Amino acid sequence: MSKSLFDKVWDSHVVRKIEDGPDVLYIDRHLIHEVTSPVAFVGLESRGLSVLYPERTFAVADHNTPTINQHLPVQDPLSANQLKTLEDNANKYGISHWGLGHENNGIVHVVGPENGITVPGATIVCGDSHTSTHGAFGAIAFGIGTSEVEMVLTTQCIMQPKPKKMRISVNGSLNKGVTPKDVGLYIISKLTTSGATGYFVEYAGDVFENMSMEGRMTVCNLSIEMGARGGMVAPDEKTFDYIKGRPKTPKGADWDTAMEYWKTLKTDDDAVFDKEITFDASDIEPMITYGTNPGMGMGISNNIPTAESVEGGKATYDKSLAYMGYAENEQMIGKKIDYVFIGSCTNGRIEDFRAFASIVKGRKKADNVTAWLVPGSHVVEAKIKEEGLLDIFEEAGFVLREPGCSACLAMNDDKVPAGKYAVSTSNRNFEGRQGPGSRTLLASPLVAAAAAVTGVVTDPRELL
Amino acid sequence: MAYDKFTTLTSTAVPLPIENVDTDQIIPARFLKATKREGFGDNLFRDWRYNGDNTPKQDFVLNNPIYKGKILVGGKNFGSGSSREHAAWAVYDYGFRCVVSSFFADIFKNNCLNIGVLPVQISPEFSNEIFEAIYADPNTELEINLEAQTITLLATGSKESFDINGYKKGNMLNGFDDIDYLQSMKSEIETFTESRPF
Repeated sequence: MSKSLFDKVWDSHVVRKIEDGPDVLYIDRHLIHEVTSPVAFVGLESRGLSVLYPERTFAVADHNTPTINQHLPVQDPLSANQLKTLEDNANKYGISHWGLGHENNGIVHVVGPENGITVPGATIVCGDSHTSTHGAFGAIAFGIGTSEVEMVLTTQCIMQPKPKKMRISVNGSLNKGVTPKDVGLYIISKLTTSGATGYFVEYAGDVFENMSMEGRMTVCNLSIEMGARGGMVAPDEKTFDYIKGRPKTPKGADWDTAMEYWKTLKTDDDAVFDKEITFDASDIEPMITYGTNPGMGMGISNNIPTAESVEGGKATYDKSLAYMGYAENEQMIGKKIDYVFIGSCTNGRIEDFRAFASIVKGRKKADNVTAWLVPGSHVVEAKIKEEGLLDIFEEAGFVLREPGCSACLAMNDDKVPAGKYAVSTSNRNFEGRQGPGSRTLLASPLVAAAAAVTGVVTDPRELL
Repeated sequence: MAYDKFTTLTSTAVPLPIENVDTDQIIPARFLKATKREGFGDNLFRDWRYNGDNTPKQDFVLNNPIYKGKILVGGKNFGSGSSREHAAWAVYDYGFRCVVSSFFADIFKNNCLNIGVLPVQISPEFSNEIFEAIYADPNTELEINLEAQTITLLATGSKESFDINGYKKGNMLNGFDDIDYLQSMKSEIETFTESRPF
């Protein structure tokens, strides 16, 4: 029977099928961080269990880490305790641990691919919904809850009903100033935040074939924001070039064997999807969000839609715009902003900083803007310096911080104050996401850069 | 951690007819710093429930004493956003054993099932009927019967059935969880591991 890429990977990991129940799914790689893992260890210890395959789990500190002075002790006692708990648990069970200050440290979804933990055809989970990022390599990767973290630690399996399959194709070529982030935000704005719930997505078509690995990671990362458990792109030469020689990818004869398998990982021509959606790349312009969920996005040159023109109830829509301090039909261009955040597992990779630099080069940071530039990892940080981007940033009045999740979820001190507006390259514009009362406008690194140098929402195409 | 069995539940319900309630509203990230599963109910809907100075927001439903019970009735796409199980823990710890909605986000629903909170998905029409009934009379009771997979508005007898797979239903009726099941197939998993290429 014809199979999709998703079927091929999923079916090869089913240990047992339960009648009228979920599949018992084998997990090849398990990433853990300090926030969603501690209770899983408490759980397994209370049952007298241990970690079955510690070599398949990788611990990384990222959610709750400071982005300045990482060499000093962490000030917040609760954060410090969480970081120490991760380290203690990792040491106790023989799990590799890239804590604060480790050269491989960074955001878990940035360092996984950098170190070759992420490979095609694997199943990868983490107690974090943006685990979908790893789907860019043709892996099945998705976020899980802490009970499931405990399951993976103790049995290397979780129990999941097989999701339905959706293929999203974007054909044609992207316009100037349109980045992978815009493609993602555009798709979410069309599907809404629940439009892909219950599905696993395969991204196909010219745009994804031509996209860099960094770009594919950005798009797959955002899959969860339309409700999908994950998204994936078929591996190709670009994928193999990216992973070859990375510390944890197969070597020598093992590489050759793996390559033979990886080359079979594509959707058969006559495979059937539960849902097929196609978009035209030329319809996409630089995007920005105006509301309090990632589906509330629009082309940057448009006006804020009216309640009647969007799906959902008017009361919820009005509540959202009231929170943002915006009204229907207003322009977004020219809106004053206070903060700019570039970073996160969505847009914290080297390509994102190159894009940011392409606009701020030779310009100056606007006086009314506080900017947080947070690399996704130490590897990204080193590249920023190596490529001379840091000089560009510093000349323009920006400071580079140290890696971590930072203001994406504002668990650390990087909080946007109440009522302030932040143009953010992260993934969620929920109420209070970037700090209590904060207002978030999601956008690409180019839109963020244009806002950072002008102090207002600006069409980046005017500055390219 | 195993949980209490769920068979039938008859209770008044708390209405929250807002769509796309995300897990950052259910429990904001700054309350995720604990290393034990304790006290999350205190911060359930923290920023909708309390002002910056920690005084209760009088217009939020959890601060209105006329609405109470073990059932939370939410709007469409309840629980979207992050995978934090803390959101489900907060719901449970506050005292809810069941969340009713016309649509659930996937991971939240899974997390609920894993910790003993029953997610009951109903039609948008029945959801509206329930909201109207609760607003007309806050003492309106709902009956959730897991064995029969039904949810009933007791005052009118209006009823709908809901889906749950047989495996999860069995778990909830018996208070079992997935780890109990997975532990029982350990040798099968070990054999499978040997066949993995990487």
